Amino acid sequence: MKRGLVLAAAFAALLCTSASAATLDTIKQRGTVNCGTAPNLPGFAYTDDKNVRRGFDVDMCRALAAAVLGDADKVQLSPLGLRDGFATLTTGGVDVLTHRLTWTYNRDNGSGLDFLMVVYYDGQGFMVPKAMNVKSVNDLKGASICVAQGSTTELNIADYFRARKMDYRIVTFADLDEARNAYEQGRCDAWTNDRSALAARGLQLKNRDAHVILPEIISKEPIGPIVRQNDSQWAHIVRWTLFALIAAEELGVTQTNVEEMKKSEVPEIKRLLGIGDDLGQKNGLSADWAYQAIRQVGNYGEIFERHLGEKTRLGLSRGQNRLWKDGGLMMAPPFR
Amino acid sequence: MTAEALPPPRRARFALPQGPLAWRAFLIQAVVLVAIAAFLLWVGRNVIANIARLNINTGFSFLSRPAGFEIAQKLIGYGDSASYFDVFVIALLNTVVLTAVAIVFATMLGFVIGIARLSSNRLVAGVAAAYVELIRNIPLLLQLFYWYFAVLRPLPGPRQSLNFLDLAFLNKRGLFLPYPVFESGFGVLALTVLVMIVLGLVLAWMNARHRRRTGSGLHSVRLIALLLLIPPPIAAWLTGFPLSWDVPALAGFNFTGGMTVIPEFVAMAIALSLYGAAYIAEIVRSGIRAVPTGQIDAARAIGLRPGPINRLIVIPQALRVILPPLGTQYIVLLKNSSLAAAIAYPDLMLVFAGTVLNQTGQPLEVMLVTMASYVLIGLAIGAVINLLNRRVQLVER
Repeated sequence: MKRGLVLAAAFAALLCTSASAATLDTIKQRGTVNCGTAPNLPGFAYTDDKNVRRGFDVDMCRALAAAVLGDADKVQLSPLGLRDGFATLTTGGVDVLTHRLTWTYNRDNGSGLDFLMVVYYDGQGFMVPKAMNVKSVNDLKGASICVAQGSTTELNIADYFRARKMDYRIVTFADLDEARNAYEQGRCDAWTNDRSALAARGLQLKNRDAHVILPEIISKEPIGPIVRQNDSQWAHIVRWTLFALIAAEELGVTQTNVEEMKKSEVPEIKRLLGIGDDLGQKNGLSADWAYQAIRQVGNYGEIFERHLGEKTRLGLSRGQNRLWKDGGLMMAPPFR
Repeated sequence: MTAEALPPPRRARFALPQGPLAWRAFLIQAVVLVAIAAFLLWVGRNVIANIARLNINTGFSFLSRPAGFEIAQKLIGYGDSASYFDVFVIALLNTVVLTAVAIVFATMLGFVIGIARLSSNRLVAGVAAAYVELIRNIPLLLQLFYWYFAVLRPLPGPRQSLNFLDLAFLNKRGLFLPYPVFESGFGVLALTVLVMIVLGLVLAWMNARHRRRTGSGLHSVRLIALLLLIPPPIAAWLTGFPLSWDVPALAGFNFTGGMTVIPEFVAMAIALSLYGAAYIAEIVRSGIRAVPTGQIDAARAIGLRPGPINRLIVIPQALRVILPPLGTQYIVLLKNSSLAAAIAYPDLMLVFAGTVLNQTGQPLEVMLVTMASYVLIGLAIGAVINLLNRRVQLVER
């Protein structure tokens, strides 16, 4: 089925005309923002029991819709896998990928895509059964490891184990859930993926407390929105809308207090919310683009806590995703 | 009245259309041809223009870049600096081996079940019919998952492996068998054995020819055959028994050494064989039913027993009907082997059209190579079946 999607997307490439309409105009005409998200990843992109798509990545997309179209619900979310994600973006099936795809050199260059910024700093980790008494990845010499294919996961393990001259047996699955099932069955000694995915998918283990995520983070996995190349205006809109969410948290603007913040005397807050200055017109947006995004979806911290935070089932700490002034890596350039 | 020989048929040659109707037909065909060519040209130019606009890399140069990732089953050597092309070859070999094993077992099982379904024993026929109806109607992917977890679940972990004489071990990680290590001098031994086999075949052929001519076999043929058995052990002793075995041993998490059959391969082979057998059983049954009953009556009339009737009369005629759809079923098995991606068997789809496609970001080229591979393997299977088919066809004037 996914094979067919790739070929269909390739066929769509054959049939689209050479003249490229600007994405912003297409979106305004269509009336929705089309985003590609992961099909089913608790916390990031999943369908709740009322059949509504929710998650961290979904909220990123809704923020874009609020900024561009004024209504966060005017989104069309396409569940895409690893194989068809890029192809669907380059052939126009979606406008932006708010997905779990790592920013790498090979993906950024020569594939018709642009990575814009980082909204989530992740890293690859390992999960092992507590009964095995393994305290570190370096003890996994000769072990069987279950992996979900296609992402940078396989390369990261190969590089890490080769550098330490450890051998291992790999079991590569096409699907994350299959990899987890096989690990649970005992087919492998360890299961590896981005730590956010281990936390999210690990929820579905029958006995989550019998497993532990090892402390090592063996890779950098910067994750952010992806758009097509050669569309500067749309790239800027996506980038600065998501920066606006980070800036809002820096400035203390939340979903609940954004109305009162409109009366604030702080110049940067006024510029962000479109009071007395119209930053949006440079990108073809209305003056209150950031205000709409914050009011309807929330700032970065609120989105994180809502879906991934320590009060949720995933229980992830902000870690490197804290603001720069709290010791993390999240920083928005000045709105000036 | 003498019958004259018909003149040999003339080969068709291109001749100009005669008459207005022929000209109209010709023009219509020419227009359609030009239209198709123009469409293909427009499609091609669109692809090139879009690729240039989107700044996508093209070309097959990625095949020489180093791959850098690990594969679960490698039938040929695979070092750290292996290229994507080496990955392609390994994945292709995995697909071919799986398909070959599935074809062999599906055929054997399919013939048995097909013939069983025609048995006069109601129980046997009923069981065969139930098997066919059940397996045919469940999607292969479901059967595959079932067999994968049915194979995995009962097996123990490595530390508690099932142990066969300390030589072979069976556990969740696979079947671990001893692997022969060929030392120097093995070539001589192999050559000796080969020569003896060839001589044995020649002897058998001479014996059969003599029997056809004179009705009795060659004199003391059995004695000569026994003599052929002497040189190989002498050669083995002279070369110092140049064959040792690499026995698997538990080291840390897993077994090392020897050769491994991964559970994914076993699960896929079982699922594909059972699935193919159900369809082949029906093909075999239809082929046997297609043999006119008069043939069997005539065979019985001249005193043949059921065994020789089947072997000499029914099956050869049934093969005419069986072979073409059998070839199709083999190609279906080849395509179904691509479901291996669902259970981590590293075949062409999972490794090449999966990992490599994602890492290189060039879906067009990768899919082209993958499709071409499946087409070529399928054509090869079809060619072999066609060859066999030609041999069993009725010779017509």
